Amino acid sequence: MSLGPMMQWMQSILHWVNVNLKANKGNVILVFSKGCLHAVSSIDGEVLWEKDLSAESIEVQQIIRPLGSDMIYAVGFVGSSQFDAYQINAKNGELVKHKSADFPDGFYGDLLLVSSDILVSLDATRTSLVTIDFQKGEIIFKKTHVSDIVDESFGTAVLLPSELSGMFAVRFNTLLVFIKVTIEGKLEVVDKITNAAAVSDALSFSEGQQAFALVEHVDRKILLTMKLVHDWNSDLLKESIAMDLQRGMVQKVFINTYIRTDRSQGFRALIVMEDHSLLLLQQGEIVWSREEGLASVIDVTTSELPVEKKGILVVKVEQSLFEWLKGHVLKLKGTLMLAGPEDIAAIQGMRLKSSEKSKMTRDHNGFWKLLIVLTKAGKLYALHTGDGRVVWSLLLPSLRESGSCKRPTGLSVYQWQVPHHHAMDENPSVLVVGRCRPNWDAPVALSFVDTYTGKELKSMGLIHSCAQVIPLPFTDSTEQRLHLLIDAEKHAHLYPRTSEAIGILQHEFSNIYWYSVEADNGIIRGHVLTSNCIGMVDEYCFTSRELWSIVFPSESEKIIATATRKLNEVVHTQAKAIADQDVMYKYISKNLLFVATSAPKASGEFGMAQPEESCLVVYLIDTVTGRILHRMTHHGSQGPVHAVLSENWVVYHYFNLRAHRYEMSVMEIYDQSWVDNKDVWKLVVGKHNLTSPISLYSRPAVVTKSQSYFFTHSVKAIAVTSTAKGITSKQLLIGTIGDQVLALDKRYLDPRRSLDPTQAEKEEGIIPLTDSLPIIPQSYVTHALNVEGLRGIVTLPAKLESTTLVFAYGVDIFFTRIAPSRTYDSLTEDFSYALLLLTIVALIAAIFVTWIMSERKELQEKWT
Amino acid sequence: MRSKPVILLLLLHSLLCFSSLSSSQAISAGDGYTINGRVKLRSMGAQGFGLPGKLSNVKVILNGGQRVTFLRSDGYFSFHNVPAGTHLIEVDAIGYFFSPVRVDVSARNPGKVQATLTENRRGLIELVLEPMREEQYYEIREPFSIMSIAKSPMGLMMGFMVVVMFLMPKLMENMDPEEMRRAQEEMRIQGVPSLANMLPGGAARS
Repeated sequence: MSLGPMMQWMQSILHWVNVNLKANKGNVILVFSKGCLHAVSSIDGEVLWEKDLSAESIEVQQIIRPLGSDMIYAVGFVGSSQFDAYQINAKNGELVKHKSADFPDGFYGDLLLVSSDILVSLDATRTSLVTIDFQKGEIIFKKTHVSDIVDESFGTAVLLPSELSGMFAVRFNTLLVFIKVTIEGKLEVVDKITNAAAVSDALSFSEGQQAFALVEHVDRKILLTMKLVHDWNSDLLKESIAMDLQRGMVQKVFINTYIRTDRSQGFRALIVMEDHSLLLLQQGEIVWSREEGLASVIDVTTSELPVEKKGILVVKVEQSLFEWLKGHVLKLKGTLMLAGPEDIAAIQGMRLKSSEKSKMTRDHNGFWKLLIVLTKAGKLYALHTGDGRVVWSLLLPSLRESGSCKRPTGLSVYQWQVPHHHAMDENPSVLVVGRCRPNWDAPVALSFVDTYTGKELKSMGLIHSCAQVIPLPFTDSTEQRLHLLIDAEKHAHLYPRTSEAIGILQHEFSNIYWYSVEADNGIIRGHVLTSNCIGMVDEYCFTSRELWSIVFPSESEKIIATATRKLNEVVHTQAKAIADQDVMYKYISKNLLFVATSAPKASGEFGMAQPEESCLVVYLIDTVTGRILHRMTHHGSQGPVHAVLSENWVVYHYFNLRAHRYEMSVMEIYDQSWVDNKDVWKLVVGKHNLTSPISLYSRPAVVTKSQSYFFTHSVKAIAVTSTAKGITSKQLLIGTIGDQVLALDKRYLDPRRSLDPTQAEKEEGIIPLTDSLPIIPQSYVTHALNVEGLRGIVTLPAKLESTTLVFAYGVDIFFTRIAPSRTYDSLTEDFSYALLLLTIVALIAAIFVTWIMSERKELQEKWT
Repeated sequence: MRSKPVILLLLLHSLLCFSSLSSSQAISAGDGYTINGRVKLRSMGAQGFGLPGKLSNVKVILNGGQRVTFLRSDGYFSFHNVPAGTHLIEVDAIGYFFSPVRVDVSARNPGKVQATLTENRRGLIELVLEPMREEQYYEIREPFSIMSIAKSPMGLMMGFMVVVMFLMPKLMENMDPEEMRRAQEEMRIQGVPSLANMLPGGAARS
């Protein structure tokens, strides 16, 4: 469950060895961390002894304990060419012997223990293997050139970290070579394997035999071979298993033994695939698999499901008729209690299939969608929001390791084509942007993926770098959205690469602005397009010009957070009616940017800065003109800042050092230029200022209101609900440090809250002021669950105005549907239809009874 | 009445003291100090709602996620190598609400840790963290009752119908026949349509 903190701890471990020291202390775990060797009891975690080696600046690579000895060896490198070995008494941590030797050619990479006294490493050029004998009186290096033992030269070698006693594996590109170390210390090639993917460690089983697993890729299958370490030609096991191509190559294999029912030795293997999925193989089959890739979500977007098709082919009707009949027979069996367990399973399956939740077509309320999720492994998943199943998955070829793309990483996913009015027959598609290397000037790789079929439509690689992707608010005739990719040289590249797109862009050429944030330099710049790139034949490339820049003083302010409005956010109305029949106008601009800066001293470690020397400054900036609309200082406060900007307000979370509590502030911005237009007569006569041009040089008349509240928890992410029309009131979704998602009504973060609201304000829904925000346990949208390692929250509007879809991701993923102002536009699930029907029936009956009664009365009256 | 809070306080005090005599201290070790403390959960999972809290699922978080530690089986936890300064400790346990704790580790007199609950600014003598309250994540479904049905709009409609159907004729019967006739007479003069007239059949006949 809690892998996050465990992993942090693991990073400092170099190696651990079991040493049974004392009967009552169990095994001892040896940990090397920050230059210090610790012996930790595995029973109670007590540190038994410590040996500080930090003065020697040694990088310990291995800790070795020869069998049945109380001595341990810590071996490693000092610098790149000195090898050191320490002999330490495992019982008390006493240093027994220290040996050191220089190897002038230098080392590359890790040390690998081959047998109890021989280590193997590569030299700095990676063309020679170096064996190190360290247990004799002197350290003996022996260098063997690769070409001496392997006939041909295959380029650079990589040592595989698998521990196979007396043997090791070296990889040359696709070739895997197993090399044995003889007793005399000579190297001998055992075998060469071409398609090998992974090798496990050796595992000892009955009668002191040791086995290891080797996985090879053959066509669409993987071949799992178990071999004895000391007898190469014996195959303990040979299984071939069909493997989904979308899982990629096998990365790692682990083995374990079990006793079969016939008392023979069985082996099972756990393999880790390229897409980070985990599979258990046993007896030639996949026993289970887990999509662990979903634990590292990078970006999320959505796609609508296909519209239900009305026309059905005749063949389909016939087939479905048969299916229908079969289904009804099954159901009948079920109701008559004649169904066996298989039939019951079939009925269950049918129910699941036909249930609304898992339908693959668009629903009326817009609840069911596809979540397109990009993961760190470079795999794209489509998850159905109804039941969370993986509809399709695609290991993106453009994000796989290749000769020219060494360490590709996915960056983001964008909706590329959302067909609605035109091009209804087209399938929607997404754009996946990735980079070849993690640094930001690395070449970019683009992929276009159909979201219904999960097939890659097109991919482009290695064109230019990408610092920023700007989806433009224009689409072409096939509903493909125009995107600008800004590269490291500040050139803009237009996609899709069609002449039609250029035409649209030329038309809007002067209306395209963007900004860039350079957090390290403390500069925010505004840019505008100028002309086609000079000296390049690429007509889709444009140069840009800097329009404005805001430079923050580096000695007092450092940019720690920025926030903008979501591009697809819908605002219902600009006017806000307040208590005394007055109207305020929200300042609604797509170009609003929130920036938070903090004193450099307080932007580092938490709890180190004094309140006097830390100060948080927040800005609201117009990204077209570069004008600072508002600036506010929070003295004695510091980051981390988490902010969300929506409509005309921004809510941000930070730490108040004076009170030593977290705070959340709200800042609302209102347009004052509209205030004069309230008089209807002015509008009629035409004396309004609605048509007056917005100028760069005139200061927009805005007014801001703000207020701060205490908030109990640390925050990991903040998001705001979004609905189809923007009518429903908003809720803030706060991912707390406990990995829960709390829904907090925006009304609690209203700057107009006062200690004693007037009657009119109360009617408007203003809550009396409190110093801290309430945490109501029932408003956790995750209820009693937690989303381990929460990193982000995404909200999507449903078609139903009252409802928002919420997707939270971290190590776990979580999806739910919330209604910030209750489901006012639909009946709740527990609505009693029976009662409604009963009422209607009763009313009709009553009408008839009263009618008959009145008829009779009237008749009687007439007789009298 | 006066003595009650004092006794309570004393009780709490003694409870805190007995529960952990050596729970909070800062020992200087190398470049930092150690914060030791204890988390106490009284009725683990006694309530039927939520998950029965497991001690192993409780996390203790220093400075908003800078470091995370878990509890030992007896509820103790420690952070090693903490620099002197003011720190914040949060406890994450599903089903409980803990106040974050401000912890001052002073360089001048090692061995002293000052802890204050930030929610109510109460100082702690020992670093023993107890939940401020239990959290119920689910709304309790209201038990079925006749009243809730009667109160719903449909219930009210039904009730009204019942009144009209059964009580109105009774009222009519109890009326003085003389008065009835007079009222009907008046109605005819004023031309107020009767219910029968309004219905299609009745209207056609009259």
